[in-house]
Amino acid sequence: MTTHTIAFFDRVESALHDDSLQTALGRATTRFIGNRASAVAAVDDFEALRDRARAIRAGALARLDELLARLADMIERRGGHVCWAEDGAAARQYIIDLAQQRGVHTIVKSKSMASEEIHLNEALEHVGLDVIETDLGEYIIQLAGETPSHIIAPAIHKTREQVRDLFVEHLGMTPTDDIPTMTRTARTALRQRFLQADMGISGVNFGVANEGAIVIVENEGNARLTTTAPRIHVAIMGIERICENLDDLGVLLQVLARSATGQRLSVYTSVISGPRRPHEPDGPDEFHLVLLDNRRSDIIGGGYAEALMCIRCGACLNACPVYQSIGGHAYGGVYSGPIGAILTPLLQPELPDVHKLPHASSLCGACEWACPVKIAIPDLLLRLRADAVKNGKYEPYEPLAMFGWRQAMTNPALYGMGGKLASLGTRMLGRDGRVGWLPPPLDQWTKQRDFPAFAPKTFTELWEERKRAGS
Amino acid sequence: MRSRSLRLKQKGHVMTAQPRRRVALFVSCIVDQIYPAVGLATAELLERQGVEVTVPRGLTCCGQMAFNAGFRDDAYAVAGRTIEVLRHQGDVVLPSGSCGAMIRHLYHELFHGTRHAAAAKELAARTYELTEYLVDVLGVSDVGARFSGTIAFHDACHGMRYMGLGRQARVLLEHVAGATIVPLPGSDECCGFGGLFAVKQHQISEAMLHRKLAHIDQCGCDVLVTGDTSCMTQIAGGLSRAKSRVRARHIAEVLANRVER
Repeated sequence: MTTHTIAFFDRVESALHDDSLQTALGRATTRFIGNRASAVAAVDDFEALRDRARAIRAGALARLDELLARLADMIERRGGHVCWAEDGAAARQYIIDLAQQRGVHTIVKSKSMASEEIHLNEALEHVGLDVIETDLGEYIIQLAGETPSHIIAPAIHKTREQVRDLFVEHLGMTPTDDIPTMTRTARTALRQRFLQADMGISGVNFGVANEGAIVIVENEGNARLTTTAPRIHVAIMGIERICENLDDLGVLLQVLARSATGQRLSVYTSVISGPRRPHEPDGPDEFHLVLLDNRRSDIIGGGYAEALMCIRCGACLNACPVYQSIGGHAYGGVYSGPIGAILTPLLQPELPDVHKLPHASSLCGACEWACPVKIAIPDLLLRLRADAVKNGKYEPYEPLAMFGWRQAMTNPALYGMGGKLASLGTRMLGRDGRVGWLPPPLDQWTKQRDFPAFAPKTFTELWEERKRAGS
Repeated sequence: MRSRSLRLKQKGHVMTAQPRRRVALFVSCIVDQIYPAVGLATAELLERQGVEVTVPRGLTCCGQMAFNAGFRDDAYAVAGRTIEVLRHQGDVVLPSGSCGAMIRHLYHELFHGTRHAAAAKELAARTYELTEYLVDVLGVSDVGARFSGTIAFHDACHGMRYMGLGRQARVLLEHVAGATIVPLPGSDECCGFGGLFAVKQHQISEAMLHRKLAHIDQCGCDVLVTGDTSCMTQIAGGLSRAKSRVRARHIAEVLANRVER
């Protein structure tokens, strides 16, 4: 397998200078934020709904073993198969073995971040299987040979013009910028594939324990075809994505759709509880549910358990000024944006430089405020930063800088002296109180910004003077 | 002035209804070293409301810089000392929502399970940001400020999200005689400061700053006002590099008439 590296700060610069990316990001995140705002305003008390959703997620995580066992048991009783995959390798092997045993040649896929997480497509293609993504966004990036740059809008980084060029090249479309024509082109190409496919692989939005069912929401109808047309359906579900009953599901679906796309409800909501039964006209002959752990059970019970409440709506990405600036690819992991800066170090700690990801945040908190289940994302980022330091991962200059800072801030005499030096230095370097150049590493500040000169007299000194003057 | 509501007129004399309020002023390291005028303006604003202001000896920093960088031992040493210095000092007022949020929101995380845990909680309960103290505690909305010009207000993230600030500053600014308050588009979007983020991820920080500067340009204000000197440093640094005529000032300076037209 190729390495799935994080070269993430290397990509920042190019992302910031990619005009198409900047245009696409600007358009898309603005639209998402606007849609979410109106969808949220349309609910009487969205805050209360968020609180309920959070309580539901927390409750489910607290009883994960029990709920998963119930889900698996009911699915098996209806003739479905359940694979408990400890990691990505186990999940990939199960699906490859299944495909080979059943003589599968062509696989259609609907959107699944879990499958991205385990780099499934690559593994399937490696053994000679033909894999086609059928979500329009995923299809576009598959044609482009790229990875998703957003949890729910994988091709958010692509402009209409770039999509046109891809379709002209790969699908022989007559050049046009007309979006209905472009979608029709993709639809025609994909229809053939649905009919050919022997296996459909989908993700799972939620498992519902008491119903023994999985739920998939989508807007294009491709997941319905993926899960019903081929003779085998494989669903991949992160083990944390479960709720107990349909009431809980109702709350989660409401906050999911409103937070993700600003819809009241997604266009299609499919509830799937097993293979086709004898009296049913449609559906697959076989249904397999892959329950993917992949380090999740290590996270439960620890300081980052809250991250598993995530329902993958993407609202934190849209709200994040860092994501808005650089897009998803710069993060270098499968999951991007604020939640990605938490999930990637937790799920893929082996990636080089992954400890730097939690620093891709100004800690402004917009993510936490957009999150439908109120994950304290900045607090978790801060914890990850602290853990990295504990493990000896920091910038070379940091320990000395922190040591000096600590000495100065805990010793008034040193503090006073340090301040005087800084004051002298910055006033010598500056003019009219503005400093245009600072020595490294602070020159990173002065590249595009001035820095203020330190004051000749500190507040403490002026305050003492004022007191002595008796004013 | 609304501050009269705190006093009772009795037999022709103005008498205070309660013992004189006393606060400990914690100006923050940035104000102490770089913007002492903000500290003096803050003290003046409080004193004009009849509040006795003390500055505890030896105060330096809330510890946020190291905490945000992940160096919790260093943050613990500095913040632990700050807790000690502020012990038995009564209400604490800061001209910063960011340092305020550090004490009110993040000290819990930093000191959880340590010997400072109880003191940190007790300190958090008596810590206020300046505009919050003026409006919510003292019940003031007009501090008698004057400014002839247009003002736009930038919501500093930490104060807005972790202390519920923004409303108080707008109330105070709306009562500044002669000033026109213009809405700043995206006033609740981060300016890109973020502590060491501004240096470590300077390209992203600059991109965020440039969006903020574009919004400031759009709104046509004379003065961009904010409640945190950290955002002010970032925004003022961008404005001066761009040779803009707009000035970035701390809200205490405007309210204490320290901003010349």
